[in-house]
Amino acid sequence: MSKATLRTFIAYVEDLPGVLNRVTSLFRRRNYNIVSLTVGRTERPGVSRMTVVLEADEDNARRIEANLYKLVNVLFVEDTTTTATMVRELALVKVRADPSNRGEVMRLCDVFRARVVDVGPEALVAEITGAGDKIDGLVDVLRPFGILEMVRTGAVAMVRSSEVTESGIPRSSTPPSATTPPTSPTTPPGVIKAA
Amino acid sequence: MSQDGKRTGAEILWDVLHREGVDIVFGYPGGAIMPAYDAMLASKVKHVLVRHEQGAAHMADGYARASGRVGVCVATSGPGATNLVTGIATAMLDSIPMVCVTGQVASQFIGSDAFQETDITGVTLPITKHNYLVTRVEDIAPMLRQAFYVARSGRPGPVLVDITKDAQQASAPFVWDDSPVRLPGYRPEHGIRPEDVKTAAEMIDAAERPILFCGHGIIASGASQLLREFVEKTGIPVASTLLGLGGFPATHPLNLGMMGMHGEAWVNQAIQEADLIIALGMRFDDRVTGKLATYAKHAKKIHCELDPAEINKNVRVDLPIVGDVAETLGALLPAVARRDRRLWVQAITGMKGDSAVRDIQTMPHSGRLFAAHVMHDLWRITEGKALVVTDVGQHQMWEAQYYKHDFPRKLITSGGLGTMGFALPAAIGAKFACPQEEVWVIVGDGGFQMTAAELSTCAQEGLKVNVAVINNGYLGMVRQWQQFFYGGRYAATPLRSPDFVKLAEAHGLLGLRVTEREQIADAVAKARAYKETVVIDFRVEQEDSVYPMVAAGADLHDMIRRPSPIVETAADE
Repeated sequence: MSKATLRTFIAYVEDLPGVLNRVTSLFRRRNYNIVSLTVGRTERPGVSRMTVVLEADEDNARRIEANLYKLVNVLFVEDTTTTATMVRELALVKVRADPSNRGEVMRLCDVFRARVVDVGPEALVAEITGAGDKIDGLVDVLRPFGILEMVRTGAVAMVRSSEVTESGIPRSSTPPSATTPPTSPTTPPGVIKAA
Repeated sequence: MSQDGKRTGAEILWDVLHREGVDIVFGYPGGAIMPAYDAMLASKVKHVLVRHEQGAAHMADGYARASGRVGVCVATSGPGATNLVTGIATAMLDSIPMVCVTGQVASQFIGSDAFQETDITGVTLPITKHNYLVTRVEDIAPMLRQAFYVARSGRPGPVLVDITKDAQQASAPFVWDDSPVRLPGYRPEHGIRPEDVKTAAEMIDAAERPILFCGHGIIASGASQLLREFVEKTGIPVASTLLGLGGFPATHPLNLGMMGMHGEAWVNQAIQEADLIIALGMRFDDRVTGKLATYAKHAKKIHCELDPAEINKNVRVDLPIVGDVAETLGALLPAVARRDRRLWVQAITGMKGDSAVRDIQTMPHSGRLFAAHVMHDLWRITEGKALVVTDVGQHQMWEAQYYKHDFPRKLITSGGLGTMGFALPAAIGAKFACPQEEVWVIVGDGGFQMTAAELSTCAQEGLKVNVAVINNGYLGMVRQWQQFFYGGRYAATPLRSPDFVKLAEAHGLLGLRVTEREQIADAVAKARAYKETVVIDFRVEQEDSVYPMVAAGADLHDMIRRPSPIVETAADE
């Protein structure tokens, strides 16, 4: 049994009521703990895209993929853990900063390429985009000043340009899992008639 | 049909059911499904009124298991729908194709906690293969068609279609669309890979101590004949799961019997010593494997299974072949070498040891009635040809051990969920599916009382099933565990029951009582000759246990054996 690591899955799903519930219910039922999950629209009407980060070993990853495919509304699943992938998260951090240390806080934000998007007499709000560890880094250095409030979106992921076609659907007909013969996603998720 | 060519949603519902090949549904009316019931009167589909919606779900399930077709049940919103839940979960765990139609409050009331409103699609989300909430009349036909397609294709399972009352009442033009259902995200079929077949054949040819596992998939995919040809070519013995019983003839010389917690000791022993396991349409359930760390350590494993999510779930396998089991066997059959494996089969026979002398059947007659006697005699009298529907517990295991099933779809039992109360309603469904079959219900005194009200359904329908109540005055399997693992403290297992003979008579049916082995044949003959449902109250030994037994989580070869008077006097006890 291989070791459990953080894994990132991208799932294209039909944009229908209850589909998010079906996906999260699957993870709950199969006892997988989600680290983060984001969902939003894609370039194609009727298709939503989820980025799911969770901890799993190789066997579990294959089974997660297979179980996701068992959901009728799931169109395509990709485990991007071993693919060249960009992962981004956005955070807004409200940190205590008065005139005496505002300059210092803003310099630290600069180092992390965070933008200061709002300033008040006692606090400012920094917006940062990047991989999770970069955001963790900013949070660590801001913590001594006093973090008043923080919101993070969770990760979104996209496979690098060299790996995809213009449609955003992977070019290769990657089998759903290493142990699964290809029922290759020949149907692009674009052509959906919402039921 | 109204003059403008439009049909109500309720009319469309029955039309689609009929066109999907449904000849019978099991259901119970109520407020939110009343438009559908009203339209039913004009439909060709027969309706069976149950006494509790759980019964409707089990009947649809039993109908599906006996016939291989999709079973259908109907219920109203709220409590009607929630009463289906146990039956749906039962069908889900045993991969039974079923469509459940429920009424829902009118769409404008959804979410308002209206009278008899329950979010049944939410409730059944984890226990259905898929489900639908239909709020528009135009969606009734396409969603029902999808439901039937999803239920019966791939690894089958239950699908629930929840239809709001206003969608049933509204009208829309109806044109039957019989083009293939297209669901962009649903890929039920998996083509097997030739290179996997080649590798499997090489592994099989090289194996000295191989065993085939016959699972439910053999029956579901209709692969029994292929399996038999495969066995006779390769000389490989067969062990079955509970749901696989009948997939391979029990009286075949290469049949070993059932594996697992209450499997035969030599079958489990053989699995532990095998060098190759070829698992066909099964999922290595914990009741089959015992402790995983010590399970079949010497065996390479080939797992032929339709559902990729089952691969490496419980047991790590060396070669998965994802696809229909019949297709896989069909490809493997010409690829494997004809071989004689007599030495291995003889070695397994050697493992039987003193099993025969421990068998209740061979113990000296004590005048007492054991459940095993009932199963064995019933098997003899019916010549092994009856369609037997069992409930869950001790009697279920005794049936599996002593009633030798030679044909598929002749044993119907709740395996995965282990649902008490399953047997009588499932048998009603099975009898409607196969009216020519001799149907026997084997049920404990506990499980029988969970759904005994369906006797009334038998009476109303004039349906003939034979009910053998294995009455030991306890919730026997739990009592057995209490005896073995809880210091004999019988917490809430002693059970006082009504007079089952009088209960049958109260329904206008025949009741018989058997207290000694000599009476079995006579009672069974009477029951078989009687034209309506018969209940036989078999008063069996109260504190008998199912042997052998692998304790939960114990090594598969570490079995609790039946105490034997012969062995007790021997040195090895």
